[in-house]
Amino acid sequence: MSVSDRIVITGIGLTSPNGNSLAEFREGLLTSRSGVINYETRYMGPVLAGVCNFDELRYQKKKDRRRGTRAGSIAVYCSNEAVNDSGLDWPNVPRDRVGVYIGITEHGNVETENEIYEISKFQYDTKVWSHHHNPRTVANNAAGEVTLNMGITGPHLTLGAACAAGNAGFIQAAQMLRLDEVDLAIAGGVSESIHTFGIFASFAAQGALATHDDPTKACRPFDMNRNGIVVAEGGGICTVERLPDALARGAKIYAEIIGYAMNSDATDFVLPDSNRQSECIQLAMKRAKINPEDVDIVSSHATATEQGDIEEAAALRRVFAGSRKTVINNTKSFIGHAMGAAGALEMLGNVPSFDDGIAHATINLDDPDPRCDLPNLVINHPRELGQVDCILNNSFGMLGINSVVILRKYRG
Amino acid sequence: MTSEQLRQVILDILGRIAPDEDLTDLDDARPFREQMELDSMDFLDIIMELRKMYRIQIPEEDYPNLNTMAGTVTYLMPRLKDVPVGA
Repeated sequence: MSVSDRIVITGIGLTSPNGNSLAEFREGLLTSRSGVINYETRYMGPVLAGVCNFDELRYQKKKDRRRGTRAGSIAVYCSNEAVNDSGLDWPNVPRDRVGVYIGITEHGNVETENEIYEISKFQYDTKVWSHHHNPRTVANNAAGEVTLNMGITGPHLTLGAACAAGNAGFIQAAQMLRLDEVDLAIAGGVSESIHTFGIFASFAAQGALATHDDPTKACRPFDMNRNGIVVAEGGGICTVERLPDALARGAKIYAEIIGYAMNSDATDFVLPDSNRQSECIQLAMKRAKINPEDVDIVSSHATATEQGDIEEAAALRRVFAGSRKTVINNTKSFIGHAMGAAGALEMLGNVPSFDDGIAHATINLDDPDPRCDLPNLVINHPRELGQVDCILNNSFGMLGINSVVILRKYRG
Repeated sequence: MTSEQLRQVILDILGRIAPDEDLTDLDDARPFREQMELDSMDFLDIIMELRKMYRIQIPEEDYPNLNTMAGTVTYLMPRLKDVPVGA
């Protein structure tokens, strides 16, 4: 690999149900601060959800918000935060050499549901269906809103990859940088899914929507008393560059992307397959030229569904059973499942480990499911590791889509 | 509805469509687009709001009549004079 093929993360912007910056998010993960609350949905009534409270008007006008989508607003906020954090001389960055690659689980449900609700007040007269519907629901909406907001004229894509989408955004960025299609990528994942009842109702119909008297204890990956997913919104977006470009401008380097992989189960619409998951992990490690014992932290995808947790645990045991130092944690247990943002937020929540040497935990694990036995699971309290050099981030989704990204601490 | 009430209805619609704008000194004789950020999608929002509020259908060929506040009131008044404000 040439030096220009080495890809690094130089700026981070995020909004999570428990923090609107990397520092807030990290502090929440180390102090067990949840972002899950009681939440009212149209038609379904009260559910539990991870809800963000970032300032929508920090980078957008009220009119932009009225026209656009919540996914677009999350993407705009996180992208601006990432660029500000990167130290880039943004006014002088050639905008035609910037690419925007944002993963998303689904898009258009929120906006379509809103329009149907609106025309229901007019006896379903389609003449009052909004002319804003199409630009709000095109699949490139979130990334497109970023280009509009930031004056970016390079390529943009919103990558539909179910709940593997956050990783997919980073993978696309790395590939486009290596192909010299762009000089700077703004990449990650977003989700607005809590704003449509359909996501909740569908999980409920599937018997996979979490309930709990205490919202902060509802998301319980690997626990015997788990009862499903807590849907969350959020976004995690980074500036991603080729290493020489980052070094030339003296950028702060959070991490190097040393490996990645995506594959497909090809077995079921919903149920995951641990065989393909472990193959995806192994392919990413092969590309990164590392062995299981080189991985300090595995950021697990586990969503607190019975079969999902069991399958991922099997995949992790298959790969990491022989590695005594690799620990495993889970971010969803704090904030819920941020869908398209999950992979990005879960990776970014672990990045500060490169500096503080601590692995945050998986919380709400009071009665471990023996079928999810993982010897080095960090349970309920953060663990001091001393030194962290390598993080592997799992992110899987419906229709059997798997994604893995591996980060390494940049040491010069 | 009086013409002054109709003017206020239009002002309220503009306030919702362009919430960042200060409409205090809007000149009724000058085109909206010279006084505020208002593109074709915003203009369609005005048409849509009127449709929702008063079930009024405005043909596309009549859109130029709605370029100014004065023109809008003049155009709509005969169509809405018998309609209560809050209809």
